[in-house]
Amino acid sequence: MSKFAKKKDGEVPAVSTASLPDIVFMLLFFFMTVTVMKDSTLKVENVLPNANEVKKLEKKDRVIYIYVGKPTREYEKVYGTEPQIQLNDKFAKPSEVGDYILMERAKKPQELQNVLTTALKVDKNASMGLISDIKQELRKVNALKVNYTTYEGDAFRNLQ
Amino acid sequence: MADIAFLLLIFFLVTTTIETDAGLDRMLPPIEPPDQDVVIKQKNIFQVNINKNGQLLADDELIEISNLREKAMAFLDNGGAPQGSPDYCSYCKGARDASSSDSPAKAIISLKNDRETKYATYITVQNELVGAYNDLRDREAQRLYGKKFVDMEAEYLNPETSDEVKDELKEKVQRIQELFPQKLSEAETTTN
Repeated sequence: MSKFAKKKDGEVPAVSTASLPDIVFMLLFFFMTVTVMKDSTLKVENVLPNANEVKKLEKKDRVIYIYVGKPTREYEKVYGTEPQIQLNDKFAKPSEVGDYILMERAKKPQELQNVLTTALKVDKNASMGLISDIKQELRKVNALKVNYTTYEGDAFRNLQ
Repeated sequence: MADIAFLLLIFFLVTTTIETDAGLDRMLPPIEPPDQDVVIKQKNIFQVNINKNGQLLADDELIEISNLREKAMAFLDNGGAPQGSPDYCSYCKGARDASSSDSPAKAIISLKNDRETKYATYITVQNELVGAYNDLRDREAQRLYGKKFVDMEAEYLNPETSDEVKDELKEKVQRIQELFPQKLSEAETTTN
């Protein structure tokens, strides 16, 4: 009987699962590093427009978010179908934007208070009237740096 | 072991939102009016009006949004001031039309929109105007430093760039910005 006898044909060796934990850990670390915990639930529809001349918003701690859009279906009955402003977790009127900015600004450390950016996350179907009101409020509280948050893409797709 | 890792993996998978944090940076004008009235020649202003149907009026001409970038670039790059005058623009490659802007430093784009203009249209117009500036700045950056302005700026703003590189870039970026300063004025919206 030879030591190097031929194996029986037709038998596929089982796939080794020894590397499974490694793979899972790799994925785990990937998702751990890219995860951003959501801080507010969206109550408005928020499909952003596209633009290609964009700049990245670095440093999350220096950004104040304002959401604008049509209320989602569950809030439609109470707030109607016209675009609304959402600050943190609740709906707000344009006149409340200024106070909100001041409040958020006061929460930030002193050295960041002058370099804050206001990110306007506006649904592409909103009309400019509401945005103009917000802009006016922002000017009143001297929050002049704004960022119209968009998706990266061809700007002409907005027009369709 | 693998079970715990799986559990964590699924948790992070579910909570992950890869955020879209990029957009058009703009500065709003301060609310206090300037101390003295600045007199600006009509030829140095490029009027852009968007009506509620998303139609565009640029310098009293009805144009398509796809032509706006070209128009804005022609206006900014015009350099109409004659040679020898203090406003003379040596790097401009435009038509040098005396009835259009004197120099990029003097040229102002004024953007007006209706209250019923759609936000998407407004962003497209903003994007084209910012694009016009970026294209011109790219051209100058390419000529002076052999690099694109947007790349230089992105590297400058990147927090991972080292301080020495940053200092060097800052000077270059500012120089280009001075050649084509972004003067985009937004008047308050009209109701009619």
